[in-house]
Amino acid sequence: MADTDKHAAQSKRAVRAFDIRTIIGTLLGIYGVILLLMGIFASDSDLEGSDGSSINLLTGITLLVVSAFFLTWVRLRPLLVAEGEEDASDAHIE
Amino acid sequence: MILEATNDALRLDANFVDYTLVAIYFVFVIGIGLAARRQVSTSLDFFLSGRSLPAWVTGLAFISANLGAVEIMGMSANGAQIGMATMHYYWIGAIPAMLFLGVVMMPFYYGSKVRSVPEFMRRRFGTGAHLVNALSFALAQLLIAGVNLYLLATIVNVLLGWPLWISLIAAAAVVLTYTALGGLSAAIYNEVLQFFVIVAALLPLTIVGLHRVGGIDGLVDKVNNGPVDGMLSSWPGQNLTGFESPTASVIGIVLGLGFVLSFGYWTTNFVEVQRAMASNSMSAARRAPIIGSFPKMFIPFIIIIPGIIASVLAPEILALNEGKGDGSVQYNDALLILIRDLLPNGMLGVAIAGLMAAFMAGMAANISAFNTVFSYDLWQQYVKKDRPDGYYTRVGRIATIAATVVAIFTALLASGYSNLMDYLQTLFGFFNAPLFATFILGMFWKRMTATAGWAGLSSGTIAAIAVAVLSQDALGPLSIGAIDLSGQGASFVAAGAAFVVDIVVSVIVTLFTRPRVESELKGLVYSLTPKADRTDPNESSLPWYQRPVLLAGISLTMVVILNITFH
Repeated sequence: MADTDKHAAQSKRAVRAFDIRTIIGTLLGIYGVILLLMGIFASDSDLEGSDGSSINLLTGITLLVVSAFFLTWVRLRPLLVAEGEEDASDAHIE
Repeated sequence: MILEATNDALRLDANFVDYTLVAIYFVFVIGIGLAARRQVSTSLDFFLSGRSLPAWVTGLAFISANLGAVEIMGMSANGAQIGMATMHYYWIGAIPAMLFLGVVMMPFYYGSKVRSVPEFMRRRFGTGAHLVNALSFALAQLLIAGVNLYLLATIVNVLLGWPLWISLIAAAAVVLTYTALGGLSAAIYNEVLQFFVIVAALLPLTIVGLHRVGGIDGLVDKVNNGPVDGMLSSWPGQNLTGFESPTASVIGIVLGLGFVLSFGYWTTNFVEVQRAMASNSMSAARRAPIIGSFPKMFIPFIIIIPGIIASVLAPEILALNEGKGDGSVQYNDALLILIRDLLPNGMLGVAIAGLMAAFMAGMAANISAFNTVFSYDLWQQYVKKDRPDGYYTRVGRIATIAATVVAIFTALLASGYSNLMDYLQTLFGFFNAPLFATFILGMFWKRMTATAGWAGLSSGTIAAIAVAVLSQDALGPLSIGAIDLSGQGASFVAAGAAFVVDIVVSVIVTLFTRPRVESELKGLVYSLTPKADRTDPNESSLPWYQRPVLLAGISLTMVVILNITFH
């Protein structure tokens, strides 16, 4: 990390982008949107077949909530380079 | 253990949306590898993530590394076959050992700054025990990586219809790309991501399944009227141990599974311990397995319960339990059948992505533990010492490539000789059994000598193999059936024998050999390690939810409550 000193601001942004919380939040967010759309635009025959279509809808909404949790967490407690990592390690075990 | 390679019955009706969901996942996996690469500047970055990760990340990685093909398919299969007794693999066979690792053993692993579990062995007992430990561990990882890869390729083959060899090479290439680029950080980040995707796949599956059988009451009714007795009670667990007597069964589970087998596995297996070692502080390293224990105690509800649901909902599994299976479907397919029957397009894609993610992460965990032990413990120790640091990172990357190639061949072997693979895994398990005895004696008894280290380890391993050979079927055709033990019961007794023999031999040999100089054992033995070296100086100022011992107490209480509730 020799270049962190030179481009402190830049690498801080890079650290946030690479923060695992951002990655989790983004992936679950994309999945949530796709499932939500699948749930909303399910055809009637899908709905008759099983309770499957409502599971797309429910899972989609849940994933969006979880995604929002992670993205908010990154905003509120960003990972600081070199110091303050203890802060980011607050146990969130839910 | 092994799925048929050409089984159209399980082909999933995946459409464009499902493939898109899977493709998005792969973009993330490779992206993590590329991004992690920029953070690698020393060998410690590559092999131990620069000891920089927060506890919740290493804690989730700790359990995800194990949540591969063998656990997901194997445990849901056990659920479909024997029911709730399978819970013991988690509540008895994992949680107590994970808590013990965090509370008692991690201070020595993390505080002594060793870079691997075999390295601890070398510092404490010298090169004799170290070489045995490092070699058997490295070989076992290559084998298990191959098994994971094979199961991964089979899933792709069965679910999507790709030819087996293409699935094999494609899956290996993806795992290789991100582990060789980003090292342990890439592996750990993917493990954490995998955890959320697999939960997003299996939790809805469980809910839909429960809904379909008429809720929990409906499930209880149907299972009680089903062909297998005692599926819904976890104790005394005779259908798990195969013991006639209920008392023996309880003792077998508590001592065999809960003590010797699981402590040997969870506290000395570098695949798991490596994740905790990547934590950013002593208290974070201790918390990693303890934090991991919370999801670990609830994960069986979305792995084993679907297995039980499949046993009443899936006609193919019902037929197996009635003894009328036609061989086209096995217990291992329980989860896949449920996914096929219950999930609509959309959720189907998440489920496929989740399974592939889990199987890839399982293999990557084996490979990232292998390359560390190979580079630090074998290459640096015995082949080329004193090279600049960057040299060992390069060795690690080459070892990663070599391990992947070997895993492809192991996977091909597994496709032809599935029983052989099972026996080999059992055999490597016997190297694990006596490790815990040697470690725990070595950590708390400063007099224990180097000779006792390797003598105890070898005699313990031999004792375990001897029991397996004498049993009915633990090592297949090699077992001669001299004693009346089979299945899991045989494994428990073999591990127990390994533990006792290891302790007895270690104590006797120690009394007749010269102990090591005490100054060399600082940080490695309890009585010779200053308190400041094995505790976090800031521990008393940490909030309650960051204190390892308190968290461990909460976890233990919860697991006792779970055991009582679901007895």
